[in-house]
Amino acid sequence: MTNSWTDIKNTDLVIVMGGNAAEAHPCGFKWVTEAKHHRGAKLIVVDPRFTRTASVSDYYAPIRPGTDIVFLMALIRYMMENDKIQWDYVRNYTNASLIVKDEFGWKDGLFTGYDEEKRDYDKSSWDYVIGEDGYAEVDPTLENPRCVWQLLRAHVDAYTPEMVERVCGTPSDRFLKIAEMIGECSSPTKTMTSMYALGWTQHSKGAQNIRGMAMLQLILGNIGVRGGGMNALRGHSNIQGLTDIGLMSNLIPGYLNIPTEKEPSWESYMKSRAFKPLRPNQTSYWQNYPKFMVSFMKAMWGDAATKENDWAYNYLPKLDVPTYDVLRMFELMDQGRCNLYFCQGFNPLLAFPDRGKVTRSLSKLKLLVTMDPLETETARFWENHGEHNPVDSAAIQTEVIQLPSSCFAEDEGSLTNSGRWLQWHWPGAEPPGDAKLDTWIMAQIFLRVRDLYLKEGGVFPDPIVNLTWDYADPNDPTAEELAKEMNGRALEDVTDPADQAKVLAAKGKLVKNFTELRDDGSTSCGCWIYSGCWNEDGNNMARRDNSDPDETGAYANWSWSWPVNRRTLYNRASADLAGNPWDPERPLIWWTGEKWTGYDVPDIAPTAKPDEVGPFIMNQEGVSRLFTRGMMRDGPFPTHMEPFESPMANVFNAKMRGNPVARLFESDVAHLGDSTEFPFVATSYRLTEHFHYWTKHNVVNASLQPEFFVEISEELAAERGITRGGQVRVWSKRGEVWAKALVTKRIKPMICDGKTVHVVGIPLHWGFVGAARKGWGPNSLTPFVGDANIETPEYKAFLVNIEPAVGEAVS
Amino acid sequence: MTVSPMMDSPRTAAANPPVQPVQGNMGQAAVVRSSAGGPVAAEPTALTPVAKLIDVSKCIGCKACQSACVEWNDTHPEIGANVGVYENPLDLTPDMYTLMRFAEYDNPDSGDFEWLIRKDGCMHCAEPGCLTACPAPGAIVQYSNGIVDFIQENCIGCGYCVSGCPFDIPRLGRADHKAYKCTLCSDRVAVGQGPACAKACPTKAITFGTKDDMTALAAERVEDLKSRGYDNAGIYDPEGVGGTHVMYVLHHADKPGIYNDLPENPQIAGVVENWKGPTKTFGLAAMGLAAVGSLVMGLMTRSDVEAEDEQRAADMVDRAADPAAPPEEQV
Amino acid sequence: MARRVYSEPGDRIVSRDPVEVKRYGGLTRLNHWVTAITLILLALSGFAFFDPSLYWLSGLFGGGETTRWLHPFIGIVLFLSFMLLFLQLWRYNIMRREDLVWLSNFRDVVSGHEERLPELGKYNFGQKFVFWAMFWLILVLIISGVMIWYQFFPDLVSVETRRIALLTHSVSAVLIILTLILHIFAAFWTRGTLQAMVSGRVTGGWAWRHHRKWLRELARRQRADPAE
Repeated sequence: MTNSWTDIKNTDLVIVMGGNAAEAHPCGFKWVTEAKHHRGAKLIVVDPRFTRTASVSDYYAPIRPGTDIVFLMALIRYMMENDKIQWDYVRNYTNASLIVKDEFGWKDGLFTGYDEEKRDYDKSSWDYVIGEDGYAEVDPTLENPRCVWQLLRAHVDAYTPEMVERVCGTPSDRFLKIAEMIGECSSPTKTMTSMYALGWTQHSKGAQNIRGMAMLQLILGNIGVRGGGMNALRGHSNIQGLTDIGLMSNLIPGYLNIPTEKEPSWESYMKSRAFKPLRPNQTSYWQNYPKFMVSFMKAMWGDAATKENDWAYNYLPKLDVPTYDVLRMFELMDQGRCNLYFCQGFNPLLAFPDRGKVTRSLSKLKLLVTMDPLETETARFWENHGEHNPVDSAAIQTEVIQLPSSCFAEDEGSLTNSGRWLQWHWPGAEPPGDAKLDTWIMAQIFLRVRDLYLKEGGVFPDPIVNLTWDYADPNDPTAEELAKEMNGRALEDVTDPADQAKVLAAKGKLVKNFTELRDDGSTSCGCWIYSGCWNEDGNNMARRDNSDPDETGAYANWSWSWPVNRRTLYNRASADLAGNPWDPERPLIWWTGEKWTGYDVPDIAPTAKPDEVGPFIMNQEGVSRLFTRGMMRDGPFPTHMEPFESPMANVFNAKMRGNPVARLFESDVAHLGDSTEFPFVATSYRLTEHFHYWTKHNVVNASLQPEFFVEISEELAAERGITRGGQVRVWSKRGEVWAKALVTKRIKPMICDGKTVHVVGIPLHWGFVGAARKGWGPNSLTPFVGDANIETPEYKAFLVNIEPAVGEAVS
Repeated sequence: MTVSPMMDSPRTAAANPPVQPVQGNMGQAAVVRSSAGGPVAAEPTALTPVAKLIDVSKCIGCKACQSACVEWNDTHPEIGANVGVYENPLDLTPDMYTLMRFAEYDNPDSGDFEWLIRKDGCMHCAEPGCLTACPAPGAIVQYSNGIVDFIQENCIGCGYCVSGCPFDIPRLGRADHKAYKCTLCSDRVAVGQGPACAKACPTKAITFGTKDDMTALAAERVEDLKSRGYDNAGIYDPEGVGGTHVMYVLHHADKPGIYNDLPENPQIAGVVENWKGPTKTFGLAAMGLAAVGSLVMGLMTRSDVEAEDEQRAADMVDRAADPAAPPEEQV
Repeated sequence: MARRVYSEPGDRIVSRDPVEVKRYGGLTRLNHWVTAITLILLALSGFAFFDPSLYWLSGLFGGGETTRWLHPFIGIVLFLSFMLLFLQLWRYNIMRREDLVWLSNFRDVVSGHEERLPELGKYNFGQKFVFWAMFWLILVLIISGVMIWYQFFPDLVSVETRRIALLTHSVSAVLIILTLILHIFAAFWTRGTLQAMVSGRVTGGWAWRHHRKWLRELARRQRADPAE
């Protein structure tokens, strides 16, 4: 989230698209009802199904799964055509005026530089024209045909309301009504918030869906302001924390990067991370990258990381591929190239696509270790459960070890919510039975592995034997110790660069925040963006002051939010070029003439002059990006791409299947279906009664939603002879499931490209262990395809067939 | 320290409850009505009338209320089956005092589809049909704040309350044969807390407070709905049962029936009134009179067999026994 | 042998001096008393639910819950018992022309002028009325009773129907109790009647006075069968 949950109450218009906030995030959704009640805000829902969010919306429109980019680009086109632009914002706070290289272009659904062999783009043309002064060229009039604004205008030109109707199946009158409602928010005093979740990410072009809305929000001037923003609703209480802390295979905590093989030395690694400003006077905060990186290395290896040995850079693994994401790992298992899988707090048998492949891959392992508070299907993947898990147990040689761990209510620590708030919590109960804290288990494993390396040596023992492990009880690192380690501390006295005599953090003390980190090895910090969470002021995450002066929704003294307790990212953009709030009724921060002040921690240097320094300090341009240069693998603008399994061809290029640069392994191509065999579009989702595969263990939740079902329209039911509550068989190219049929008016057939498209909705909460009735998850059906940028599997749009099931027992 | 038992009950569900031990204020002293002539307080504690307001336009159907209800009341609902709808269980049960009901409605006026989700449960009528119908003294009571509660220890399990209720709410336990329904969390309200469902509701679709406050809040919500084009938005607080202590804000107050058969004009059924009224009065009177009358008449008069009758009978038998005798004359 | 019209098999003259007539066999009497006792128990337990002022009666059965549980089962016993009785007696309780004459001269019944009344078979109009009233009311009570038997048939009928059943059940209960009062009253008022159900026998005089056709039939049958 750029903003926070509580800030949503400040909005005038909520658009829920690519998510189902009421159903999947009911507690956060309260801020929508607050906005509706107290501000008269309106709620728009665009979704293939009339969801529970739609049930409280002011306006709803259906959309075919996987066509969001068309809808979003058409909205941008509408705003441009109808002058629904916040011009001052666009001109000054976006890269609309920057000039793009002449070679850049788009044709037949593809951008320049596509290499079909490699399934990748050569992105060199996707960049600005750099002038002789080393800065990007601009045209403040926005008239240059090569400026971002004009390129965008040309790019969205094809996305007419008629195109929306043809591709998305959304009636054009519904689209236009929504466009009109959104257009009102181009006023500086009206804001829209976008709430999205996995309805946008779980596509082969998920990141581009989000880009599309972000661009629209920038054009409307809705980023950085109260009641605005791009608000990703995270699907677990701590999934924001997971990404922050770098649990992705290519990341180091705080969105630093694991080096690649092309960066064998510290120097080569740092060379591409200079982040020189692309416009004069700009902050380009990532210029501090070395400080964060060195502090991280010091946190990891302490005295073993020295300037002389390039901070132990050789300890870091070097990626030979962009990422070792889950899809790749299971592909490797399937190929027999990965034989030990340590599965901590994860249930891949139900969570990863193409369950058949997952089972096959797990069966090829030598050792599977699961670490979970609950009995998971993954831990039992080898156990025959009839049609619910029809494996031949005798043929599986994988050894499985289950390590029972504590659950969130049994341990101390913090959870990072969608709004980046780190909220400390205390244990409410003892873990039952033999369950142990995850930290204890990890410590036991580490200490034993380290002993082995110490005793037996090995190819490269250094990163293990030199790992910092300064905990009072090495067997049981505490949450407090870990939090302080992430916050960072001064290894030597840290002084003020402007006044060397002034000690900011004395040796051994915790740093105040990341502004005190240094690249000379005098500080350590486990996760720079978390720096400030537990400093010499104490545990800021445990703060519980719910006062909110002037009811801005900031709640600045409740817990702690990264970075530096900032509640709204890019909040500098809430004020105009003179530093005055765009909306005097909703001030966030403002320029006093000398410095920035307000309700939130300014997202800019406190004394940066408003007319000089751009608000988007993390970007080299100082402004936000409507055109992303080469930073995304599948294009600097979002372009329409069909799902890999789609009922219709791409209108721009009939030969193009899915996202041309998406994650797709050769072996999985044969397992993609087409619409002649699988005529219906399926999409998967959560139900509010359950949380993933956890709550099926709980009798209360299980009683509220006991049994696996699929949702279909009355029309499809009639066409296939399916009755309400009857059993159906749903199958795709990859597998089959049996479910109860929930026949509803809430899903209606759509007409796309002259063809009737039926949607089959498949909720995801059932498996073969737990209190609820046995069932299946949608992953028995979904394709092994991932997003081009972040490899998220395409769970939201795929093809299936359906028929009434006779005889098969569902439970 | 114990807080004064006189502490009046309404506390909003949103407000944090007192942390010190509190003596409940909803005991016998606050009972104003009790079924079948059960005991009522001579001078009941005058608690401020309370109400739960269910704003259907804010309800997202998440069933948090259902699970909070199960948790607080420690019931043990069974894990049923899906029969092709979102309601689970399919109906109220002795283990599920409240239930989200989902109605798919094609609005003929706007042409739009609407998914109307209503939390069903006891309405806590001012004139409770269950209490009227109940034959067990003190099994159903009404407190001065309006809450209607079932006292299971006095319940005999006849099920009359089910028939008496205009909203079809009470359910009898299959094992213990006691009637159960929403208590409006009388045990929580008694110590200054709101009902569990209101506490759990994430969108403030369920709120709790004094009836006056809730009526005012409802009016505010109705205004908002009218501004969004719901011209017939209104409050559901039906007069037929004397008003209720659970009220709804409806977008279509003119058509409560579309919300899964919310009664248009609920009242205690005429049949029930007759059963508990005239039938009882006239029946008792008739049986009493008949008993007394026959006793008096029996004491005063009788029909005896006379001695001659025995002789005549003997004659008749003798004559019949003698084949020679002429047949008896018909009298 | 004379055909039986007014009498049951088993009805016979058992002694001639004084005349004594067997009116009911042992099983019939048992049957009657089971019916009678269950009806009284039902009345008492039903009263407990009928009006709060009578709720104390539930104490006789061990409290409200037990009473609630027991009442329908007693009802089943009553129903079966009465049906058995019904099968034995219905034939003799069919209304005949003379019953209407009897009824139209009811004043003479009360004033003891039975000589002005037509001769009757085993039952008079009053008895037949009680018989049929019992029959129909028990039928209504058992049907409505099952409908409101919540413990076992919670979903048998709709709430609306159950409400009607409740009203019907209580009205019928009042009526059957009135009938019962009438029956008991008549049995006492008409002296000599009670012993028919106690010993099974009535005096000849009683038979002659109240059920002459019945007595005559029995007398004639006796003649036709010298072996007796």
